[in-house]
Amino acid sequence: MSTTVTTPTSRMTALARAELTLLGRSKGTLVAALFVPLVLPLSVRSAAEEMDLAEAGLTPGTVVLPAAVGFSLLFAVYSALVGVFVVRREELVLKRLRTGELRDGEILGGSALPAALIGLAQCLLLAAGCSVLLDLSAPSAPHWAVLGLLLGLVMCAALAAVTASFTRTGESAQVTPMPLMIVSMIGSGMFVPLELLPDRLASVCEVLPLTPVVTLVRGGWTGDLGASEALGAVATAVAWTLLSVFAVQRWFRWEPRR
Amino acid sequence: MEANEHEHVIEVTDLRRVYGGGFEAVRGIDFSVRRGEIFALLGTNGAGKTSTVELLEGLAAPAGGRIRVLGHDPYTDRAAVRPRTGVMLQEGGFPSELTVAETARMWAGCVSGARPEREVLALVGLETKAGVRVKQLSGGQRRRLDLALALLGDPEVLFLDEPTTGLDAEGRRDTWELVSALRDGGTTVLLTTHYLEEAENLADRLAIMHEGRIATTGTPAEVTASEPSRITFELPRGYFVGDLPPLAELGVSEHEVDGRTVRLRTRDLQRAATGLLVWAERAGVELRRLDVRSASLEEAFLGIAKGASTRTPATKEYAA
Repeated sequence: MSTTVTTPTSRMTALARAELTLLGRSKGTLVAALFVPLVLPLSVRSAAEEMDLAEAGLTPGTVVLPAAVGFSLLFAVYSALVGVFVVRREELVLKRLRTGELRDGEILGGSALPAALIGLAQCLLLAAGCSVLLDLSAPSAPHWAVLGLLLGLVMCAALAAVTASFTRTGESAQVTPMPLMIVSMIGSGMFVPLELLPDRLASVCEVLPLTPVVTLVRGGWTGDLGASEALGAVATAVAWTLLSVFAVQRWFRWEPRR
Repeated sequence: MEANEHEHVIEVTDLRRVYGGGFEAVRGIDFSVRRGEIFALLGTNGAGKTSTVELLEGLAAPAGGRIRVLGHDPYTDRAAVRPRTGVMLQEGGFPSELTVAETARMWAGCVSGARPEREVLALVGLETKAGVRVKQLSGGQRRRLDLALALLGDPEVLFLDEPTTGLDAEGRRDTWELVSALRDGGTTVLLTTHYLEEAENLADRLAIMHEGRIATTGTPAEVTASEPSRITFELPRGYFVGDLPPLAELGVSEHEVDGRTVRLRTRDLQRAATGLLVWAERAGVELRRLDVRSASLEEAFLGIAKGASTRTPATKEYAA
């Protein structure tokens, strides 16, 4: 008998495929994940037009696009995945999956894959949209933007698992992502670029999880990002990701509380 | 593969499980299961059956003791054990919005050497439900889907936690036949059950758990052999227990009278029944509602559960 042995990739693909099917059947999640990040940047645009951007060397395009990437990561990836992890736990799906060959990391990774891919596709679409609609020129240092986006996707998935560790039910999963989302929108340079904030406040905001992503994406387009500043942002994002992985290993619950 | 078919596929030594709140669910149990054997864990609710099975499945680390499944620690050596075991949890664990076929396909992608999904769905009689969402299945159909997935990888060891709960009589019998056939094909099966009949029909050996410990273990015949048989009947008006032949001579060890109803317990059922019936024939007495039954697992089970209820009223209920 020929025996096909599963690999981490094959197992995660099988799981991701099922999650994608489920995502397609969850209308509420789909609307929040697909449309909100495409609509919200419009409000940033009107705000941006009232700011004195030229002084900071910015244009409406380099304010709106990083904000749009941030919205996509927060809504399509972070918030959506908190719901996925919590609901699968409550349905005992996570427990079921753990009885098989999947490793713990594969279960979370495979479940997160569809949302991460949607987030990625959305960000690419938003970049194209901003280029056309806001006369955004081609990025000067695209590698920083790409790195920022990829780090952001992994970090948001990891943060979602952390938040899910402290969320008991599907209903509360609609509330528990709020603090990080609000803090990020206000403090990570999405509505107001950090360049326009007082220095001391800006340096606090720099260590928020989503700030490095916004910084790297914006810097990738403007080309104003110094190497040390860029590496600092990368280090911040990596640190948040590692911290999240540690927290998940320690606190993630695979079964509902009895 | 392994030459010795009497090898122990599952070995449990002084196993303990303690939950976060300090509740000790499993309090030092030992047993072993040989290759190709069906071993049943029986017990009252809260006896520690599921807590034990979850440790064997490698879902949690024990608080103490040792487990070997196919020679490996199922918790620390997950990668070595999982491809060779199949697990049916006590409750589903399927996304409710997936169809039966989608669920099976997903699971097949995570199982080494998976059989065709259609084949296992047919095995449990779900082939016509392939396009139905899991949320629309009945409780019994969900149990069968769970069994199908546990069988996908042709496991050497099968863990079944209450496999027939929620099934109707026919579904239960089908599952028994399937599990027996698997055993005959060399699969080792560890199952928990509420149904004494299920353990009696299916198990080669069993253990009755109570309050985290194994109260008794052996083949169904061995476990019941320690229990007396029962004879129950109603005496007609005008007759009393004193009119019966001397009970000690009939081999009756205990008797109780409740109105006209007489209950006898004996370890020599044939002698007691013959003596009673011969007496009734000679005396021209009709013994109404006569019920003669050998010792059953139920007796052993109730004996253990009852011994408990006098100590801890909270665990009195027993589900059957």
